[in-house]
Amino acid sequence: MANFEFVLPPAPTKDIKVGLSEADLVRRSASNITPAANKLPEVAKLIDVSKCIGCKACQVACLEWNDKRIPVGENVGTYDFPPDLTPNMFTVMRYTEWVNPESKNLEWLIRKDGCMHCEDPGCLKACPAPGAIVQYSNGIVDFDHDKCIGCGYCVKGCPFNIPRISEVDHKAYKCTLCSDRVAVGQGPACAHACPTHAIVFGTKDEMKQHAEGRIKDLKSRGFANAGLYDPPGVDGTHVMYVLQHADKPEIYANLPNNPRISPIVELWKGVTKYAGLAAMGAFAVIGLVHHVVTGANRVTPEDEENAEKLTGSKS
Amino acid sequence: MTAYDVESGDQVHPGKPVTVDRYTAGARVNHWITAISLVLLALSGLALFHPSLFFLTGLFGGGQWTRTIHPWIGVVLFVSFLGLFFRFWQANLWKAEDGTWLARLRDVIGGHEERLPEVGKYNAGQKVVFWSMSLLIIVLIVSGFLIWDQYFAPYSTIETKRIAVLVHALAAIAIICVWIVHVYAAIWVRGTIGAMTKGQVTGGWAWRHHRKWLRELVVGKK
Repeated sequence: MANFEFVLPPAPTKDIKVGLSEADLVRRSASNITPAANKLPEVAKLIDVSKCIGCKACQVACLEWNDKRIPVGENVGTYDFPPDLTPNMFTVMRYTEWVNPESKNLEWLIRKDGCMHCEDPGCLKACPAPGAIVQYSNGIVDFDHDKCIGCGYCVKGCPFNIPRISEVDHKAYKCTLCSDRVAVGQGPACAHACPTHAIVFGTKDEMKQHAEGRIKDLKSRGFANAGLYDPPGVDGTHVMYVLQHADKPEIYANLPNNPRISPIVELWKGVTKYAGLAAMGAFAVIGLVHHVVTGANRVTPEDEENAEKLTGSKS
Repeated sequence: MTAYDVESGDQVHPGKPVTVDRYTAGARVNHWITAISLVLLALSGLALFHPSLFFLTGLFGGGQWTRTIHPWIGVVLFVSFLGLFFRFWQANLWKAEDGTWLARLRDVIGGHEERLPEVGKYNAGQKVVFWSMSLLIIVLIVSGFLIWDQYFAPYSTIETKRIAVLVHALAAIAIICVWIVHVYAAIWVRGTIGAMTKGQVTGGWAWRHHRKWLRELVVGKK
């Protein structure tokens, strides 16, 4: 029998502090705030792609906990259902049939797609509505729907193509990492439902440690490039993957290789924002100064006389 | 044949003072619909451009309404400006004296109009405003449709939308600056605003600022 070691994920930890409030915010869209002084331990969801059997229990649990329903759909030729994230479906299993060029084995790669809860969230950076997107000190990026204006800027800011705008209430939706459950010391619904412990939840440190064990196991079984997906381009994420082929994340239904906030978004939300206001202000000020310096450009009585002469007006 | 810059309704009325019809009622209504649209677009757009101006959404009934209404006002402006474009484009064609006028911008700014060539209905500055507005409005409507996600989200990629939203912001900044120049010039050059309110200017104003146009009108009358 093969060398097989089954490592259970860590039990729910006491380190996860209960309660999430305004006082726990580190970032707030379109606002200047003082980041929370007392940081909560960072949390993370770890998705072990090598353990996923594609049962979609996580999708069901997600719908159930968030009280969402999706209509009966159509078969589009893959197991993906719905075929993409929707305003109601915050997570989707993406199935890829990949032939390993070395072993010639057909590998069925199943990646649970959804919000990655970036440490440097592009959605939050792009959002123009104060407080519509917040980031808690434990790393969770959450949408406040009362403040969302439905502009879709978060869609442009996100490097993972995650937020979806509802056609019903015109607000943006995505995975909350079950912030409401985490706030009372529970793990996300998807992790709770996963029958193979492919989805586990805890502090980010614990999850990294657990991932290490998993990667060691995968490497011992021939997956030389097994590794953790915690992309540094967005300062790490609070949803991480264990990948059998971490050197090729794109084979997992186009998981970005080196995700980062688009430079175009950085330019738009960075220098443009300030230079734009400055330019408009400068034009207004130059006008004002010019008027003070040169005075009004007035028509003189001679101008009127000349016009009268030209038109042959009788005096 | 009438001169390129004489528009329909332009007419000189001898008297004391001489009065000159510069804009028809239709042109004025057309102008003010465009003007109001542009101001509303600037206010609602700036509200979503910089967090410190988000409070401007209050003028439109909140953020959701601002987001909803802004593109529609854009459509109104585009259609309305199209009207202005067809009214004014011929008189805004670039002529030899415009280069000279622009080269002597120092005298323009200093108010020394005696040192400038005689110009037609529009001087080079006004022509630059006209063509900048025309170009920027095209850029804004195209980039605007690309980010009008409520109806057009599926028709472009996210990467295209990112470029569009940046281009839209830059073009908006530019058009607001052009608008400031336009409004300031109308205020600085006294006697101008009446052209767009009453439709008339005085003969002295036309003599001072658009002498070539005045001469053409006088000749046309004889």
